[in-house]
Amino acid sequence: MSAARGLQPWRWLGVPMLQAIVATILFGLPLRAFGWQLPQPIFPMALAFAWAVIRPSILAPFAILVMGLILDVFWGGPLGLWALCLLIAYGVALAGRTMMAGQSQAILWAWYGLTTGAAMVSGYLFVMLDSRSSPGLIPAAWQFVATIVLYPFAQRLIDLFEDADVRFR
Amino acid sequence: MSLRDNPLGELKVPLTWAAGIALIVAVVAATAILLSDRRETFKAEAYGVSRKASDTVLAPVGDVLATPGRWIGTSFDTVRDYFGAASENADLKTELREMRQWRDVAIALRDENARYRTLLGLKTDPPVPMVAARVVTDSHGPFADTRLANAGRERGVKVGNPVMSENGLVGRVIGVTDGASRVLLLTDIASRTPVMIDRTNARAILTGDGGPNPRLDYLRGRDPIREGDRLLTSGDGGVVPRGLPVGTAVRGLDGRWRVVLASDRAPIDFVRILLFEDFTQVVNLKQLSETPTPPPTPGPGMPKSPGAEVAATEAPEPAQAKPQAAPEVVAKPAAPKPAGGVAQAPAAIKAPGAEAAKSGASKPAAAKTDTAKPAARTPPAKPDDATKPSSKPKPKTQPAGGGQG
Repeated sequence: MSAARGLQPWRWLGVPMLQAIVATILFGLPLRAFGWQLPQPIFPMALAFAWAVIRPSILAPFAILVMGLILDVFWGGPLGLWALCLLIAYGVALAGRTMMAGQSQAILWAWYGLTTGAAMVSGYLFVMLDSRSSPGLIPAAWQFVATIVLYPFAQRLIDLFEDADVRFR
Repeated sequence: MSLRDNPLGELKVPLTWAAGIALIVAVVAATAILLSDRRETFKAEAYGVSRKASDTVLAPVGDVLATPGRWIGTSFDTVRDYFGAASENADLKTELREMRQWRDVAIALRDENARYRTLLGLKTDPPVPMVAARVVTDSHGPFADTRLANAGRERGVKVGNPVMSENGLVGRVIGVTDGASRVLLLTDIASRTPVMIDRTNARAILTGDGGPNPRLDYLRGRDPIREGDRLLTSGDGGVVPRGLPVGTAVRGLDGRWRVVLASDRAPIDFVRILLFEDFTQVVNLKQLSETPTPPPTPGPGMPKSPGAEVAATEAPEPAQAKPQAAPEVVAKPAAPKPAGGVAQAPAAIKAPGAEAAKSGASKPAAAKTDTAKPAARTPPAKPDDATKPSSKPKPKTQPAGGGQG
């Protein structure tokens, strides 16, 4: 009965979104020990991937847009940059959704890396056009690595909500 | 109400298509926002309301959340200092011995500098007031390197103000609100800072690329830089004051010259925001950009018209101005050999130049450049006034530089 009632958006969109924002703020604190800073992964990337895999949704793109704008405001980057990059990642994952169905975790992780890569390459190009200068490849690579490490969080979200609504089985 | 009782329950929406349309709408919105963003400009209004509101909220939140982290960091530093105290003590003693020698040199140079300034009548920079602030958030990604400091508009911080740590330049303010200001770091991809190499005085532009070591662009001259050269702000453009420490030059892995930032020596938790008035904020730009129209000069074969007569009467004015202005340019106090024009402006000009030459100015070229400005701005004056370095500009003979504030 509860399954037939459908999955409430706040459960699979609202709560993870809040968690990603809190994690971003915590990793944006000026902490430094023994000369090392905290890494700065893109937490919302895990959500953008997982939401596309779980189901197609009308609300999800707008939730990603809001999350990207929050990220831009918090990090002080060009407004709309991460919103656009995350939407590109979501689009890539949504387009490859049928190919991902029934695949193993390793393959899904590779897909997650692909979507993250697409987002980062887009971001790189946008920033290059905006500032007429090439961003460093090494810092971009570091952020890419720090982000793809977050795949287990995306997998956890997929496991939780992929079968939560009988209409999408 | 169950799904089957819902009248819209049987309505089959092509969800993938609807999601695709929603995605396109969101992408269009994000693109429009991105294209309209102008975060790195010097215009305060370019820093949007959303950013100001979020910064106002984030500053106290970040401050509270960062407090435990600061405590932990301090504890780590205490432990490290305890175990490294003996070796650090030895290093400090060596450094102190060197510094004592440098102190003597510095005192001698300070005295010499003060004498030159007095002789030249040089207008020195006024002291820059500053505001201390604590860094409450930190972003260090490849596409954005900014920090939020907890001092804002209420303390006089303005967009464009340079920001320093105890070790060197950190960046500049790009957004201000009540209680917080957003600092664009030197490492940000949008950051461009005019710098000079201390040893050669060569100029370059420090360009951030998201990495820890920003690169040096537009380096000019033959061998202008060497490994380990110290870099300072050049003050060109009037945005940042001259002489702030920036870092040390190193050759990057890509073969380009890069800078190890001086501010990276220690964690940047406290910063000083220099309330430096930008040159362009001080001067009257409208007056500065005014160019007087030169009077028409008659050609050799042209018949004399009434208009030409008027021009002929006005024409000698700039020609007269030349020989009058010449002695003042010659009257550069540091010039080692005063030229023949000195005769027109006798003793008053001769004295400082001769004294400066006697005292052995180590950099005559630099002194020449510095003094050339006030001299060039000075209008044709009476011989008695010739030594005064600055007086009111006369628009007819001083077209462009007269409006400096």
